[in-house]
Amino acid sequence: MSVEVRIPTILRSYTGGDKNVTGEGADLRALIVDLDARYPGIADRLVDEQGLRRFVNVYLNDEDVRFLGGLDTVVADGDSVTILPAVAGG
Amino acid sequence: MLRIRAELVDAMAAHARADHPDEACGVIAGPEGSDRPERFIPMVNAARSPTFYEFDSADLLRLYREMEDLGEEPVVIYHSHTATEAYPSRTDVSYASEPLAHYVLVSTRECGPEEGPVEVRSYRIVDGVVTEEQIEIVA
Repeated sequence: MSVEVRIPTILRSYTGGDKNVTGEGADLRALIVDLDARYPGIADRLVDEQGLRRFVNVYLNDEDVRFLGGLDTVVADGDSVTILPAVAGG
Repeated sequence: MLRIRAELVDAMAAHARADHPDEACGVIAGPEGSDRPERFIPMVNAARSPTFYEFDSADLLRLYREMEDLGEEPVVIYHSHTATEAYPSRTDVSYASEPLAHYVLVSTRECGPEEGPVEVRSYRIVDGVVTEEQIEIVA
């Protein structure tokens, strides 16, 4: 059970510069916990008490997880997760 | 310092005028590590707002996949301010998440949608700190 996770530039300080890492978990929440065990601090950049942070987009394959199940989105072996910070401002 | 071709500055200004009074936004991509803005990519402001901009989330994924396939990165990330100066707002600073990008602000507060003076300024925004930089316009 392994999921590929693509890490954006701004979070590569947590992954030792790696663009792609692998993680495990039955859903996105568990996957983030697993990533945080190996890359301490990364979870805090992705989630807060409300769930996924407003300015972080997470995609399962081609779909924004906000339109799936958010942190409860089920992930399966071979899936690809992409993390991209929102490009936004005022 | 941002070195950029005049036609790319003109393209950002034209996009900002066309979308006035809403904010316009987009990217100029360039070869990874080159710091050279080359490919102009206007984006839709999904917020369609005079005070906020946001790339649509599906567009954002497509854009980053395409840049990755082409070996590019976002060298310039631009957006317009339509009623205030071309200086990053607090919201701009809190959302800024490309430490290697030049954040270009275009203000249409004087010209609106018409031809006229457009203010164009460039910044680095890293860890919440804004640093203005010179723009060198090349032919």
